[in-house]
This record gives sequence, C-alpha cells and structure tokens, in this order.
Amino acid sequence: MNRLKAGEVNLGTSIMAVQFDKGVVIGADSRTTTGSYIANRVTDKLTHIHDRIYCCRSGSAADTQAVADIVHYYLQIYAQMNGTAPPVEAAAGMFQKICYENKDGLSAGIIVAGWDKEVGPSVYNIPLGGGVFRQPWAIGGSGSTYVYGYCDATYQDGWGRDETVNFVRNTLSLAMSRDGSSGGVIRMCVITEEGVERLFVPGDQLPKFWEGREVLSAPVRKWVSEPVPMAVE
Amino acid sequence: MTSIGTGYDLSASTYSPDGRIFQVEYANKAVENSGTAIGLRVKDGVVLAVEKLIHSKLLVPGANRRIQTVDRHVGLATAGLLADGRSISNRAREEGANIRSTFREQATVKAISQRLGMYAQMYTLYSSVRPFGISTIIGGVDKNGPGLYIVEPSGVCLGYHGAAVGKGRQLAKTELEKLKLSEMTTREAVMEAARIIYLVHDDNKEKEFELEMSWVGSETNDTHLPVPDDLLKEAEAKAKEALETFE
Repeated sequence: MNRLKAGEVNLGTSIMAVQFDKGVVIGADSRTTTGSYIANRVTDKLTHIHDRIYCCRSGSAADTQAVADIVHYYLQIYAQMNGTAPPVEAAAGMFQKICYENKDGLSAGIIVAGWDKEVGPSVYNIPLGGGVFRQPWAIGGSGSTYVYGYCDATYQDGWGRDETVNFVRNTLSLAMSRDGSSGGVIRMCVITEEGVERLFVPGDQLPKFWEGREVLSAPVRKWVSEPVPMAVE
Repeated sequence: MTSIGTGYDLSASTYSPDGRIFQVEYANKAVENSGTAIGLRVKDGVVLAVEKLIHSKLLVPGANRRIQTVDRHVGLATAGLLADGRSISNRAREEGANIRSTFREQATVKAISQRLGMYAQMYTLYSSVRPFGISTIIGGVDKNGPGLYIVEPSGVCLGYHGAAVGKGRQLAKTELEKLKLSEMTTREAVMEAARIIYLVHDDNKEKEFELEMSWVGSETNDTHLPVPDDLLKEAEAKAKEALETFE
C-alpha cells in the first residue's frame, strides 16, 4: 500500500531519543523529501510540545505537524487547568490516542521525550499503528532499521549527558550514511529540569566511520621467484 | 401580572432591575428545604455526611443514597432535589472519565468541581431550562492532597476546609468553624461529622433521619467508600452521647 499521496512531503527520516539520569537527548537528521527530490535539507524535526516536552516526527510532514499542534494545544489547556507543567506521559497518551483513532488516515511515527517532576526523564515511542511504549531509548524513521544492531551493541544504562549525546550523534550519522532518505545535518536537544539546550552538527562535520577503500582490483600476481632470462649460448 | 412578583421571576434568562436572577434564588430555596449535607477536609482525607430524612416508613433502610461515587478517588453529596442530584453525579462521572481519557491521569477534585460548576451555570442562562435545585459537595483525594468543593445552583464553585449545605447549614458551619480541621485525621472527622449531623437535626419539627457517611483518604487507600458499619455505629453512639451534654 502506498501510504503517501502523490507529491506528499515525506520525512523519510532518522530520529532517536535516549534518556539518561538527568534528562533526555533527542536527535534527528534534517532531510525532507518529495519522492527523490530533497524539499528541505535543513529541516527541524524536533518539535516543541511544552516547556520540557519535545517530539521527534517521522512519516508525513503534514500529518505529524497537525498532530503535534493538537497535542501542543491540549497541553497548554492542561497547564492552565492544573497550574503545573504536564507530565510526559500525558503528552504521549494524547499522541497515542490521536494516532490510534485515526490509524487509517495517518502516517506518523512519533517519539515523545522530555522531563517532568513526577518521573524525571522519559522516552515514549509511538509507532505507526498507534501503540505507546516507554523505552530507555528509541529510534525511528526509515534510517533506524540500519542501526538497530549498532544501538543494541552500544547502549548502556547509567550514561551521563556527554556519553548520551555522543551515542545519538554517532547513531544518526551511521543511519544517515546508509539511508537514502536521511541526510543533511544532525539536530539534537538536551532536555533537563534546567532547560532545553539545542545542539547542531553541520553536514561536513558528521562523525566518520569506515567508509570503504578505493575500488579493489584483481589481486596482483606475485611470482614465487623472479623470472630469470634464459641463457643463450 | 399577579399581585406578587413583577414578572422577572418567570425565566432564568431574565434579570430583575436590580440585577438578580430570581429563578436561581428559588433554586436555593429548594436546597434550604433539604436535609443537611456536610463535608470535612482534614489532613489525610475527606469525610462526607448527610442527614437523610426518611419521608416514608416503607423505604428500605440504607437504600436511596444521597452520597455517590464519582471516580475511584472522588465522592459527592447533594442537598436539594434528589433527582437533580442523580443527574449531576452522572455528569460528574462523565467529566472524570473525560479528563482521565484525554490526560491519562486521575482527574483532580478541583477539575471535576470546576467543570460541574460550568455545567450548573449553563442552566442559569436559558428560558427553556431551570437551574439545578441542589447544592453539591464534592470531596476527594488527588495528587495535590485532599480537596473539598461546593457547587451551588448559580454555578459558583468554591473550595472549602469545611462545607455545609441544606436546612441545618448555619448551625453546622458554626460547629465546623470550632474544629481544627487541618490537624484532624479522617477517623476523628467521622466522629465529628456524625456529631454535627445529629446536632443540627431538629427532632421536634422533623421526620426520622438516617445518617449516611463516606470517607476517602489514607484510611481507605485513597478510595471513596462508605464508612464501615462498625465505625458508623460507634460514631452514632458517640454523637447521641454528645448531644445529651451539649446544651
């Protein structure tokens, strides 16, 4: 089934969120495409939902923007009604409800992450069908499939801020290098009780990994011993 | 136009020249004729108590409750027209469930009360409806601790330490003011609530009554429940004893 309409703008994406002891780090690539054309190469897929709650959007740009706007609106009402900032769980629950009830009409894979005073840092994954799963780390978008193994092999509990930022930066760089629908720059946010810090990695400063060598030619034949000219009488 | 009344009291959508809405004031009269209902907000919970007048000996004792559960952690007592009390508690349940499903957490007592206030207020705006003939006491425990509110027929919603509505509210209020509510436990509050209801009941003028009590707080694991039979009996016995020595 083709989920997108002809010409619909797509966030063929690499997104992720990881919690650490004092907060969460979220990150995303910056590529937006319409088919093979890159409609925007510096997109911001990290979307503000409330003071300490952000989401990473993947799927249809239009759908995810609309859903994020609705949740943003309801969380403002929550804050007014209760006089306190909403918990991340409330935001995740709203995303889940909208994504589930409209699952036939939406293509949206969203990761909600943030900090609240009830539970501290938390990450919620809301994949395509509209489920909600709390996880210590979550990756999403088309690029994520290439780096599950890397994340499983690398992630460890108990990291601090800097290690977590590094993990996110490396993972996204690897995903962007293998996924044709991901690329551009890396945008990250560190969300803690104190505030939200934005980080930026330009496209020419992405961390590098093994990138292959020159095209290998057929192996050069090594002689067991150098040929010796035949003696001529 | 009849000799009494000037025509300003025929509809809830009409002000009198001095800015009153007579239909709302008449609704308050309906509340004043009802058995007293009180609520006590103490340090670890809330106690609700109602003086349920028995208008027929054929009624089953303990049935036809005037205290209802709205949500696990919230209860409500009404004074006024019984049917209006049923209607408003159904609305309160809907509001609680609605808040729970949108925000994925228990509704606060304040949120439910304020929404009930808005609901009651809507019935003061149109000529096609009459205002609610009840005052509602909403009590419960949420993430902010114990909460106690009254919603009046006008739609006004206010928070209280101690609440009293119905016939004996004046005497009940003066008794509530004497208590140190914020230092009291729910168990102590049950005794006081029973005493106050027995005190405000006028034996000479009124019919028989039944004491109906519920509580929510640390004693009940933050669940709104009727006060257990044995404790109710104990409270009633103490209340009758206190009554002898009161005057």
